[in-house]
Amino acid sequence: MSAEAEVVVSLVARCRSGDQDAWAQLVRMYSRYVFAICQQGFRMSDADAEDVFQDVFVRVYEHLNDVRDDASMRAWIGQVTRRLCLDRLRSAKRAPVTEEEWEAVDPDDALEHVELAMDVDRVMAELSENCAEILDRFFRRDESYAVIGTALSIPAGTIASRISRCLSRVRELMEGRSQASQASGET
Amino acid sequence: MSDNEMDERMLGRLIASLPAAPESWERAAIEMPALRRAADQVLALAETDAEFHAELVADLEAALRRAGHEPNPALRAAVRHRLADRP
Repeated sequence: MSAEAEVVVSLVARCRSGDQDAWAQLVRMYSRYVFAICQQGFRMSDADAEDVFQDVFVRVYEHLNDVRDDASMRAWIGQVTRRLCLDRLRSAKRAPVTEEEWEAVDPDDALEHVELAMDVDRVMAELSENCAEILDRFFRRDESYAVIGTALSIPAGTIASRISRCLSRVRELMEGRSQASQASGET
Repeated sequence: MSDNEMDERMLGRLIASLPAAPESWERAAIEMPALRRAADQVLALAETDAEFHAELVADLEAALRRAGHEPNPALRAAVRHRLADRP
């Protein structure tokens, strides 16, 4: 079982026993993923995306006891999110109805990109706190070297090399996961 | 451009493409257990008050307000889900 799966199995067990902190961790673990599927995969408006986002977590909470394979939580959440996005678009009669319209939305490519981005996100959870913070600030919050340096008390001149080292570590971890998956026979 | 630089650019793009969900959305999802209790209260009232039940189905937001709850998206989702599960 992967490190991510072990964390998820433990979190789900704690959620089932009513542990509020575990539920908060589970939400934080998958909130980016659900958000990205809504916005990037299905290009939903903020209002629709927010409704789907809340619907997804209601369903996850309500059906935690029905999950057959806790280690596959991400796949299940992804499936629930995609289905609710489609339901929402169809109910509002905003779903593309022709093949050409579907091709313009191209959810498959976007969703594949989200899955890969989520793989990277899970690997980032294994980085040192400092590394994860630097990458998050630089790539997601678009902060400058000077701002990151001040916030983390690191000389701004060293930020570029730190980012490069942290990305190398991400790449190593991704390669390690890929080799582990192949060794265990996963596709 | 070296392979390393290309890998780093691709990883950077992947990291950037998964931004945080709005904080208020995440907070509401975290508060789901409390919302579930509120949803239970709403559903219990609907069971004893047919008029309220009809309003809940017809206009969820107004019904929640009438019952003294702020009809935020998280509570609406919780009540909708419970209503859909009822026979």
